[in-house]
Amino acid sequence: MAGKTLELVRISANSHPAPGIRQTPTLAKYIDTTSCIGCKACEVACQEWNDLPPEISVQFGSYQTLPQLTPNFWNLIRFRELDRDGALSWLMRKDQCMHCGDPGCLKACPAPGAIVQYANGIVDFQQEHCIGCGYCISGCPFDIPQLSKKTKKVYKCTLCVDRVSVGLEPACIKACPTSCLQFGTKDAMLEEAGRRVEQLKSQGFAHAAVYDPPGVGGTAVVTVLAHGDQPELYGLPKNPVIPLAVRLWKGPLKWLGNLAMVGGVLAAAAHYLRFGAKVVPGDGPQGGE
Amino acid sequence: MRRILRYTLRERVVHWVAGLSYVYLLLTGLAFWSPLLWWLALLAGGGVTARSWHPWAGVVFTIAVVWMYGMWRGAMRATEGDRAWRRAIGAYVRNQDENLPPAGRFNPGQKALFWVMFYGGVALMLSGAVLWFTEYIPWSWRAVRFAAVLLHAAAALATIGGFIVHVYMGTAVVRGGFTSIVSGEVSEEWARAHHPLWFREISGGSADKR
Repeated sequence: MAGKTLELVRISANSHPAPGIRQTPTLAKYIDTTSCIGCKACEVACQEWNDLPPEISVQFGSYQTLPQLTPNFWNLIRFRELDRDGALSWLMRKDQCMHCGDPGCLKACPAPGAIVQYANGIVDFQQEHCIGCGYCISGCPFDIPQLSKKTKKVYKCTLCVDRVSVGLEPACIKACPTSCLQFGTKDAMLEEAGRRVEQLKSQGFAHAAVYDPPGVGGTAVVTVLAHGDQPELYGLPKNPVIPLAVRLWKGPLKWLGNLAMVGGVLAAAAHYLRFGAKVVPGDGPQGGE
Repeated sequence: MRRILRYTLRERVVHWVAGLSYVYLLLTGLAFWSPLLWWLALLAGGGVTARSWHPWAGVVFTIAVVWMYGMWRGAMRATEGDRAWRRAIGAYVRNQDENLPPAGRFNPGQKALFWVMFYGGVALMLSGAVLWFTEYIPWSWRAVRFAAVLLHAAAALATIGGFIVHVYMGTAVVRGGFTSIVSGEVSEEWARAHHPLWFREISGGSADKR
C-alpha cells in the first residue's frame, strides 16, 4: 500500500537484510481509555477512509458494534462492564492492530513480502503477496488478523499508512472528539501517557498505567489504562509474547529440521560411496531386470 | 530369468497416488518452510496456487494412506523373526546381507517406514485440517492452533526422514526395487536374496512361478 518513501526494516519470509537505511522516528497512537466516551467516531472514520464495505452490526447485549474485528472492520471499540466495590465502571478500549515492535504475524508468515514493518513502526499487510495461509493468525498475540472468505487474504489496521506517509494523522485520530486519541512520535506519546497516568493516580486510580508491553518489543499503540495492573479487564493480555509454538517452530525446530534434512541426504550419499548397492548373486546388473 | 509378481496393480496404483501426492506436498511444504526454498512455490505455479492446492493434495495423500493401511497393515505387523533382524541391522546397512536372518515380504526396515509414514500421515492430516481452517478456531481454543503449527512441522520432518531413506534404498541400494513398484515384478534371484521367507512362501518351497 505504501509509497516508496517509507523505509522497510522487516520483511516476512526474507532471509536477507531489509533495505531500510534512513533514520525515522517511530510513531505511535495514543489511546486514553479513561477519556474515551465510546462514540465510535473512530470506527466510522476508519470505515470511511479505508472505503470498507459496511458490516451488519450484531446485537449481543452490548453497545459494541461487533463481537470481534472482521476483514472489513479494523477498528472496534470494546465495551466491558466492571462491577467493583458496588460501583460500575464502563471500560472502553479501542481494539485494532497494536503494530508490535517484534510482530508475531511477520515472524510466522511464510510468504515473502506479505507482511512488512516500516522504520516508523507501522506493520502492514501487503495483500498482493499474501497467500492466505493464516499463519499470521496463529502468530498474533492480540487476535487481530482477519482472513477474508471472499479474497482469501488477511486484513487489519494499516495505521493509515497511506495518510501517515504523506504527513497526515490516521483517520481514527482525526475523528476523535475528546482527544483520547492522539498521534505522534512514540516518545511524545509515551510522555503524554505518563502525564495522564500521573493525573489519574492523583485522582485515586492508584494502579493507572501505560500499556506498552515489552514482550512484543513494545507497540506503536500506547494505551492508558485506569486499572493498569489488570489489562485483562480490557481484553488485553497481561504479558503478551509471540506464542511459544511459533518461536519454537521458527527457531530451534527450524534449525534442527534443516540439519536433519541436509544431514539425511548427505548420509545417504556417504553411505552409497562407502557401501554401494546390494549385490544379488546370479542376478542381472539391474537386479530386477 | 523367471519373473515373480511382487506388487499387484492395486498396490502399485496406491503406492504412486501416495508417492506423487507426497512429493507435491513435500515441495510446496518446503516452500512454506523456508524462504530459501520459496522458489519451489513459484515452480508450483506461485504462492497462492501452491497454498490452495497443498491441502487438497493432502486429502489425496490421506486417502492413499488410509487405503494403504487397509491393504498392508497385516503384512506390516512385526513378526517374531523381526527382532533378530533388527538386532542385526548393522549387517544390512553394511550390505552384509548373508549375516541377516531371512526377511519376509517386507523387512523390518520397510515396516518401520510404513508406520512412520502412516502415523506421520495421520498427524499431518489432523494438524493440517486445523491449519486449513485456522480462522474458524476460536481465540479461546488457540492452543489447538499452536499445537497444529508444531505438530505439522514435526510430523513433516519425521516423514521426510522416512522419505529420504525410502527413495535412497528403493532406487540406489536395492536395485530392482524401483522397477518392481512400477512393473510389479521381480526376478527369482531378487526375491530369494532380499525376501527369502516370502520367496519360500509363494513358491511353496520350490522355485515355481506362482
